[in-house]
Amino acid sequence: MKKFTKFVATACVAALALSAIPVSAEETGTFKIGGIGPITGSTSVYGQAVMNAAQLAVDEINAEGGVQFELNFQDDENDQETAVNAYNTLKDWGMQILLGTVTSAPCIAVGAESVNDNIFQLTPSGSAVECVQYDNAFRVCFSDPNQGTASAQYIGEHELATKVAVIYDSSDVYSSGIYENFAKEAENQGLEIVAAEAFTADSKTDFSVQLQKAKDSGAELIFLPIYYTEASLILTQASSMGVEATFFGCDGLDGILAVEGFDTALAEGVMLLTPFAADAQDEKTQNFVAAYEEQFGGTPNQFAADAYDGVYAIKAAIDQAGVTPDMSASDICDALKVAMTEITIDGLTGTGMTWTADGEPNKEPKAVQIVDGAYTAM
Amino acid sequence: MEKKRWNKTAKNNAVTYGIVVLFWVAMTLWDQSGNLSSLMRGLLVPVCIYAIMAVSLNLTVGILGELSLGHAGFMCVGAFASAFFTNLMKETIPFTPLRFALAILIAALFAAIFGVIIGIPVLRLQGDYLAIVTLAFGEIIKNFVNILYVGKDSRGLHFSIKDTLSLGLEDEGVVLVKGPQGITGTSRDATFTIGIILLLISLFIILRLIQSRDGRAIKAIRDNQIAAESIGINITKYKLMAFTVSAALAGVAGALYAHNLSSLTATSQNFGYNMSIMILVYVVLGGIGSIRGSMIAAAVLTVLPELLRGLNDYRMLIYAVILIVAMLLNWAPAALAFREKYSLKRLLGRNKTKEAE
Repeated sequence: MKKFTKFVATACVAALALSAIPVSAEETGTFKIGGIGPITGSTSVYGQAVMNAAQLAVDEINAEGGVQFELNFQDDENDQETAVNAYNTLKDWGMQILLGTVTSAPCIAVGAESVNDNIFQLTPSGSAVECVQYDNAFRVCFSDPNQGTASAQYIGEHELATKVAVIYDSSDVYSSGIYENFAKEAENQGLEIVAAEAFTADSKTDFSVQLQKAKDSGAELIFLPIYYTEASLILTQASSMGVEATFFGCDGLDGILAVEGFDTALAEGVMLLTPFAADAQDEKTQNFVAAYEEQFGGTPNQFAADAYDGVYAIKAAIDQAGVTPDMSASDICDALKVAMTEITIDGLTGTGMTWTADGEPNKEPKAVQIVDGAYTAM
Repeated sequence: MEKKRWNKTAKNNAVTYGIVVLFWVAMTLWDQSGNLSSLMRGLLVPVCIYAIMAVSLNLTVGILGELSLGHAGFMCVGAFASAFFTNLMKETIPFTPLRFALAILIAALFAAIFGVIIGIPVLRLQGDYLAIVTLAFGEIIKNFVNILYVGKDSRGLHFSIKDTLSLGLEDEGVVLVKGPQGITGTSRDATFTIGIILLLISLFIILRLIQSRDGRAIKAIRDNQIAAESIGINITKYKLMAFTVSAALAGVAGALYAHNLSSLTATSQNFGYNMSIMILVYVVLGGIGSIRGSMIAAAVLTVLPELLRGLNDYRMLIYAVILIVAMLLNWAPAALAFREKYSLKRLLGRNKTKEAE
């Protein structure tokens, strides 16, 4: 009897030990892709867009047959600590590849974790320089310096203006990052920054002071490295104040035509540097926008496009490297790191995208102008 | 009689320290067995951070009896002071434990200085007024850090509140604090063991203070300020003492926070009034004035939202419901009466008396 009890006890312990071993991916035969981004809180718009578009791309790829993906998207509330918790949750789930995170500060925090574990990380929209500082991390979007420099170069080369005013959000990483690099490059391009007016997230409804200063300084062009919500207010107030300068923005301005209650006539002539425009005429964009609208409602923004391209980039890199789902996350990472620099993608946010080993994408920013209430390539 | 009372306090303290040590032993063993999930392992340091925050706030709220809503502001000061020091001294002091220890001391020092600066004018106020002013203080700190730029080059340190360009750095200069982008690349020196040690030290400082002559003076002020004043207790001195110790310990928690993540930014999520109120919730739920209770509440409420991840979008909703239920169980008169009736102590006590008969 005693022996029997012992046997049962041993069996129980063994069963427990076995159940504790995580179920490996090889049984399912799919790659486990983890996603992290803010799906609640004030920046949830971006996280939701990435989550939806990534799911869309995963569904398409799974329907095709061949490489199979499983997406698990976790909320980080745009907070570093929560982002690391989300990352650990995904690790427990058995994540092999990480698509994220959506916003910059959490991305840097998670990057320090993923490099320790050697998990391949591709951020759709983490634009701060440090987001891809380790060799396991890549990004789909432009970096902040890249956008600021490209904008200054574009304005300089096309001789759009010599006197430039800037209105930016000093409390926002994206906005202040672009502004700084714009200011640096402006000197080289012979542009004169006659006014640099800041606002913060706490005071983003009245821009009359900033606009008045820009107007008084005699600026021919006002550079807006900000998001479209504030930009729509600036344009409305500028028109009532009689500001005649041209407005120029970055990818954050994408979506301005969809703002509710905004008179699109006010945006007439606004130029923006963006990798993605939802009403572009090419077939790929139109298919994506139609599918997105049907499944989730609402027009996809550039975050969605970045995420969509990100999933396809992962697929291309997997095909290139020939990795299989039964490999460990670390082995997959080593293979994908190399493959990522060898692939070329024709995506929504650019044709012929390639990546360098330092994680930066190589794609041309497209300048578009708003003419008759629609984006027109310049 | 006197001896018996002392014994009771000592026993109580031992239980509090014991819980912390037991938690450390259990978690370390669990980790070593290899069965601890990554999520739980990642939560160990935050648990220590928020436990320190909760016990330190309890000193102000529970023992001094003043409602402070700017506790996260002191954490912010400590976090940025220590992270700045670590990045500044990366080459000068390559020995990590020494650098981290100094960083923690600097965090405590800076938070204490801010505690005194804020405390002197603010502690003349009471009740709601004090709450509002401390709330504003926390927001000011957060916003100030967001416009602060600091760079370093061969000529020394450069400060600006405009942008990195106006720092006027030499070409090889590095920007250490980048306004809204905060401080990135702080080495991740915080470990669970260090967190537990700091928690034990915080508990030791607070419990010693409460049970000392000074602590009795502080409690006298809480219970009746006029009576305390009439027997010659220096109100300003003792209020400031409690407030400053509380701020310094929050600074220590901030240092742990800054060295647990590689990117540090001041947002309303981590250092805004949301966080201050969250910490107040730990204190209220754990019991105002109960150091052990607030510590346990902080640990449970830090882990809970992560355990609820499976519920996706309903997570924060359920979390709020749990908070309300817990609060009712803790403080509703009917629940209190129920607990009184069926408390373990009383049941055991009754048995004892029966045995005596």
